Amino acid sequence: MTKQTETVSRKDPLREEFTLKVLGVGGAGCNAVEHIARQRAAQSEFADVQLAAVNTDLQSLFDLSVECVMPLGATRTRGLGAGGDPDLGRAAAEEDTEQLRQLCAGAEVVVIVTGLGGGTGTGVSPVLARVAKETGALVLAIATLPFECEGARRQRQAQAGLEQLKEAADAVLCLPNQRVLKLIDENTSLIETFKITNDLLAQGLRGIRRLLTRAGIINVDFADLCAVVRGQHAESAFACAEARGEHRAREVVEKLLASPLLEGGAVLNEAESVLVSIVAGSDLTMAEVNRVMSPINRACENAHIIMGAAVEVAFGDRLSATIIATRRGQLEPETGATTATEAAASREPRQAGVGSLSAAKESPAFDTEFFEKASPARPASRFVPPPPDLAPDKKEQLLAQQNGKSYRKPRSKMRQGMLPLEIVSKGRFDKSEPTIHHGEDLDVPTYIRRGVPLN
Amino acid sequence: MFDPSPVIVGLEIGTSKICAVVGEVNPDSSGLTIIGVGQARSRGVRKAEIVDAALASEDIRNAIVEAEQMADVEVRSVYLGVSGGHLRGFNNRGVHPVVSADREITDEDVQDAIKNAKAINLPAENHVVHVIRQHFRVDGQDGVQNPVGMLGAKVEVDVHVIHGNFNRLQNPIRVVKGLQLEVEDIVFNGLASSLALLSNEQKELGALIIDIGGGTTEYVLCADGIVKHTGLLAVGGDHVSNDLAYGLKVPLSRAEQLKIEHGSALVDENAKGQTVALTKSHGLAERSINLEHLRRIMSLRLAEIFQLIAQEIGTAGLLDYLRAGVFLCGGAARVSQIEKLAEPIFGLPVSIGKTSSISGLKSALDQPEFATAIGLVKFGSFQVKKRAGRGGVTGGLKSKVSQLLRAVKK
Repeated sequence: MTKQTETVSRKDPLREEFTLKVLGVGGAGCNAVEHIARQRAAQSEFADVQLAAVNTDLQSLFDLSVECVMPLGATRTRGLGAGGDPDLGRAAAEEDTEQLRQLCAGAEVVVIVTGLGGGTGTGVSPVLARVAKETGALVLAIATLPFECEGARRQRQAQAGLEQLKEAADAVLCLPNQRVLKLIDENTSLIETFKITNDLLAQGLRGIRRLLTRAGIINVDFADLCAVVRGQHAESAFACAEARGEHRAREVVEKLLASPLLEGGAVLNEAESVLVSIVAGSDLTMAEVNRVMSPINRACENAHIIMGAAVEVAFGDRLSATIIATRRGQLEPETGATTATEAAASREPRQAGVGSLSAAKESPAFDTEFFEKASPARPASRFVPPPPDLAPDKKEQLLAQQNGKSYRKPRSKMRQGMLPLEIVSKGRFDKSEPTIHHGEDLDVPTYIRRGVPLN
Repeated sequence: MFDPSPVIVGLEIGTSKICAVVGEVNPDSSGLTIIGVGQARSRGVRKAEIVDAALASEDIRNAIVEAEQMADVEVRSVYLGVSGGHLRGFNNRGVHPVVSADREITDEDVQDAIKNAKAINLPAENHVVHVIRQHFRVDGQDGVQNPVGMLGAKVEVDVHVIHGNFNRLQNPIRVVKGLQLEVEDIVFNGLASSLALLSNEQKELGALIIDIGGGTTEYVLCADGIVKHTGLLAVGGDHVSNDLAYGLKVPLSRAEQLKIEHGSALVDENAKGQTVALTKSHGLAERSINLEHLRRIMSLRLAEIFQLIAQEIGTAGLLDYLRAGVFLCGGAARVSQIEKLAEPIFGLPVSIGKTSSISGLKSALDQPEFATAIGLVKFGSFQVKKRAGRGGVTGGLKSKVSQLLRAVKK
């Protein structure tokens, strides 16, 4: 209790300085990190962010301007990349766990930027997330999903990787590249397309950083973010927009709702929870906040909406809004019972995290209050047990076995097609235009729609 | 020779039956007399829209021929009733500033205001069926019935617009024209029913007409002497039969028969446990139907129709206008105890509509199914009167001559 009052008084200076590490994993991740590094050099925007690139492909690491690069799996892949095989990527990461641990050491927040679908990004990211979490950091992942033209196998790999990443990380934001396709026109070059993707990733990162560092007038913090993106099968989407001038609030909302990243507002319609963060210069008015929020509220009536508003003098007359929305995936979400037990199980590592922080207290590194506050609202972190202590040779053998097995797996499974299950035939009205009234098909007998039993 | 329509014929192409009614305007009292009725079972229509033009055309011919024989006239043109799920009604307002120096509202000002109200922004494929004038407002003063001669700076007029899909409206017209019959005008079925059933006093008091036909249910709300609201549900008696066929597992024709013979809108106590034996036919095994189930299925469907309408009227805020009550017509109005089912849903007195304001064949007028067709004739008689009035002296002469000719024929 005393700690709480103490921390409240010096909340702001603490929030300003904590170490945020951004790790780019795999080809896409490295490119994104490189993009952020260039932006940092140009605009001194991400000045306090440490960047690092991790890849199994040595070649790609050479010409990066990032301060810290780390090749993975020197023995396994001989620096030639994972060749689109996530298992190989995972094996390489498991081998170099120690190095990864060192890479994450000392960071309070680790942001993993990666492109899922390939070998390294898909295989390494979950391992890295787990390792980073073990060092006591908060782990956030921003991942892109492959274009549809990259094939079904890559999509499947990406989905599987996303599931694993969600299990390992505290929060995952994902950006399906397919949606980026709608942002570009016929003549956009490949380079520009990827620049847009990287820009979006950087925007996401910027939004998150703002969330973590700035105490807003209406505050949102990492716990809120976790609350929104929680759930193993939740799909998240994010979009940013910015405008200036007299009608900036209206413009921002229009841009957001028209954004292809939100599928023109369709995502909001189906969203279960939505986080909106508004940042503007000191002239931000309540009316503007209202103008931004009311259309969003209307667009997602059924969603749980968390909103934040912050004032940043550097913004001048600009107003920027970030939306993060999640909707339930096709699979069932985890049940309440398991989260409770998981919460109990995860208490231990979290406390370890706080302990390590307080140990490093002489330099007021991180807002402990942030943790305290976050813990009740934070989702039961999916506690991943560390790999069993094995002799190196034994480990190698097991991994080799795993790889071997995966190679023997049939590449494409036969899939059973499904016919639509027609429960009620509409009889006489089968072929005619259905009479839909407020979403109800009135051609179906009333007693069936109302569930009145006849026996 | 001069007058294109010595008699007025209303033709309703319904989902369950096609009905033609022949009426005659009495030249002396300008009252309307029904002189012939023809009907035929409809086979080519679903949800009030034609799905088989050849069958529909044949049925229309049968109905017209029957009406012709009964009235002993030749039918050349008809007033055609239209319906279907694509029809929509809404209210619109037209404004016109009075520019004359003395601020007196002239007839042109009124016409301009109405013209403005008719300028409606609709998709290109939509066609306006009716623009019904409601009340005028002069400088914000509501409820003005005729503003000509009043002083004011601004005339506003409210209109009720009924519109539908152009192509789907054309389908029945084409079929009728294919039979070498002229279509004088098309009329929304609900509106026609309201014309047939409501007296001016009832319109003034506020009444809701619900026409539950075979394929669709139309409703029209009149209050303060004007049409306030119209609506349409593409649900009707066919749905009841279909529900029964599904729920009781009998063929559709048998379900229809059961509905007519044993149906009721309410599930009363003595129906519980009772069964109806199905007569054996076509080698089907003999079986019995639970009467309670039959009535429950019917009751739920009919109650739903009323609930949807009550909801719609409620959201439009018009339930309090209905002081004369609710009037039912259409085939479903024959279902026993349907008034008792509807009464608690609307919280108003409900009765079966009677076409009392028209004289003629008693047997035709007593049946709720004919309300629409009779209303069409009534609509036609208004048009004829309007035309005669507009024609001025020559129009009057024309009608005089035609009357003379008719007298000679007799």
